[in-house]
Amino acid sequence: MREEIIPVSADTLVGEVAKLKVQGYRLVTLSCTELDASQVDILYHFDKGLSLKHLRLTAAKTIPVPSISPVFFAALLIENEIQDLFGLRFEGLVVDFQGALYLEEEALKTPFCRFSLRTAAPSAVQGERAESPNP
Amino acid sequence: MFRMTPNIMRNLVVKKSTRRYPYEVREPFDKARGELINSVERCIFCGLCESKCPSRCIEVDKQAYKWNYDPFACVYCGVCVDVCPSKSLHQKTQYRKPVAERLTISLQGQPRKKAKDKEKGKEKEAPAAEPGAEPSPPPAAAGTDD
Amino acid sequence: MRKTVVPFGPQHPVLPEPIHLKLTIEDERVTEAIPNLGYVHRGLERLADVRDFHQMIQVVERVCGICSVIHALCYCQGVEELMGVEVPPRARYLRVMWSELHRVQSHLLWLGLFADSFGFESLFMQFWRVRERIMDISEATTGNRVIVSVNVIGGVRRNPDAEQLRWLLTQLDWVEAEIQRLETTMLEDYTVKKRTVGKGVLTSEKAYELGAVGPVLRGSGVAQDTRQTGYAAYGELHFEPVVETGGDCFARSKVRFREALASIDLIRRAISRLPDGEVRAKIKGKDDPQGETVMRVEQPRGELLYYLKGKGEKNLDRVRIRTPTFANIPPLLVMLPGLYLSDVPVVTLSIDPCISCTER
Repeated sequence: MREEIIPVSADTLVGEVAKLKVQGYRLVTLSCTELDASQVDILYHFDKGLSLKHLRLTAAKTIPVPSISPVFFAALLIENEIQDLFGLRFEGLVVDFQGALYLEEEALKTPFCRFSLRTAAPSAVQGERAESPNP
Repeated sequence: MFRMTPNIMRNLVVKKSTRRYPYEVREPFDKARGELINSVERCIFCGLCESKCPSRCIEVDKQAYKWNYDPFACVYCGVCVDVCPSKSLHQKTQYRKPVAERLTISLQGQPRKKAKDKEKGKEKEAPAAEPGAEPSPPPAAAGTDD
Repeated sequence: MRKTVVPFGPQHPVLPEPIHLKLTIEDERVTEAIPNLGYVHRGLERLADVRDFHQMIQVVERVCGICSVIHALCYCQGVEELMGVEVPPRARYLRVMWSELHRVQSHLLWLGLFADSFGFESLFMQFWRVRERIMDISEATTGNRVIVSVNVIGGVRRNPDAEQLRWLLTQLDWVEAEIQRLETTMLEDYTVKKRTVGKGVLTSEKAYELGAVGPVLRGSGVAQDTRQTGYAAYGELHFEPVVETGGDCFARSKVRFREALASIDLIRRAISRLPDGEVRAKIKGKDDPQGETVMRVEQPRGELLYYLKGKGEKNLDRVRIRTPTFANIPPLLVMLPGLYLSDVPVVTLSIDPCISCTER
């Protein structure tokens, strides 16, 4: 990629995002890719004056990620979508659909993950998660 | 307040913008992508159309020389027409007429006579394009297509 | 003060595609709006696992029907960057021409729907009558009216000759004359102004902060258009973004109207400077796409972003599409509180919702 990618961790994420907001950047979107059975890669894209900047966060699927929607209201829709499609949880969401934005109660699989099969409905599983690899 | 009035006055005297379909039908443009036709006598059953098709509607059986096609799964994109090496696939300018039942188009072709077999003098079935010809096809047709 | 919860959508005469908004109403004024999506979710991004990167062009075009050529353009440009393919100049200008034709067609469609949303059906019919001529141009030059399928990796598939381009220019003259004849009705009529001025106001700071894109952002006074980055042949064509201050529905419709006329101008300039040469670069000996890239183009509705990740195989690892309506929904949720219930359809339509794009 031509632009710079800054790696962040879950602790420094909200701080970096707030710094970018003060500098005048706007949030473009988040992109989530599944790396392997236990990790996802989230890229945050920011834009100012038509030049992009990216932050990269490598997160485990089971640990909740801090949400940036208190800083950028625009992030709530995409974070809810990642919750539905990848099975991640974000904590601190301004409006939380808890996995019901696209998926219905009967849907069990996380559609965009190749490696995980959720065995209970999303809203029922808050603390413990039973993950088993796809056959 | 009367900003549309000139428009309305004009529309009363000018002829209609709509055509009286189905009594008047517009001629399709030259390169419009319509129904897909395979001239199976020219087909060499290479399978390129099957591998390039985005909607996987073509099946080619190389051993039995069959070309199967689902016209209802096809999106008429024309990629198969572009990649066909023997130019046997082409698209008409008219769309396929609607029908009441799903159908699959299944075409049976003949094995091509190869150039080296002709030189050895073996006798095989003649290609379907020349039904009344003698068993060995003329040199120009067999040499260029393989 | 009694609260009622009114469902807006998913089926509504004003909406081209289904979206559900749960509106909380107190005495005719909206106090809160909560969206609910998922009615046209097809999971197209996952098709990248089973379709190779050439077949994905046709998949990606069908994310949205109205702006399909621009989706294909963004995807092809992304893959070309991953593979290191150089597109010939004639193909770049032709891509600009077809993108701008789609932009005119999309804005005319929206202007017609907008007029229909406050009941002005005859203006709706007039705009769509003009749009039919653009569909004829698309069919004559590419082969299909709506999903034209001309972009391939390395260039374009069709090469219009000089006679076709001359015919195209005469048709464009007719289209421009017809659009200008409708200008006084769309932009100066008393009833149109009464329904649109002052409704759904978004200040420029709020619009920028909430992540609005496209005419929603430009109608609030921020001059940002992704075509200024100079992809395809836009860098050589010198254009200015169309900006309006005002931030209400009227300003957005004015932006789209003037953008349609500006696009016709761009097409004329692109055709006059069209270089000769081939239209498709050879990609036979190149490796499969490897690496990751972010590509942005300007759709009629705003800024479109593609994140592509290749792993050196025929199938791409990830195709992530962020469409402009996805970014315009949070501003909509902020615009709606405070409006009368009867203004909600007009304001929802003014962000140009293309929900099949949003939920590919």
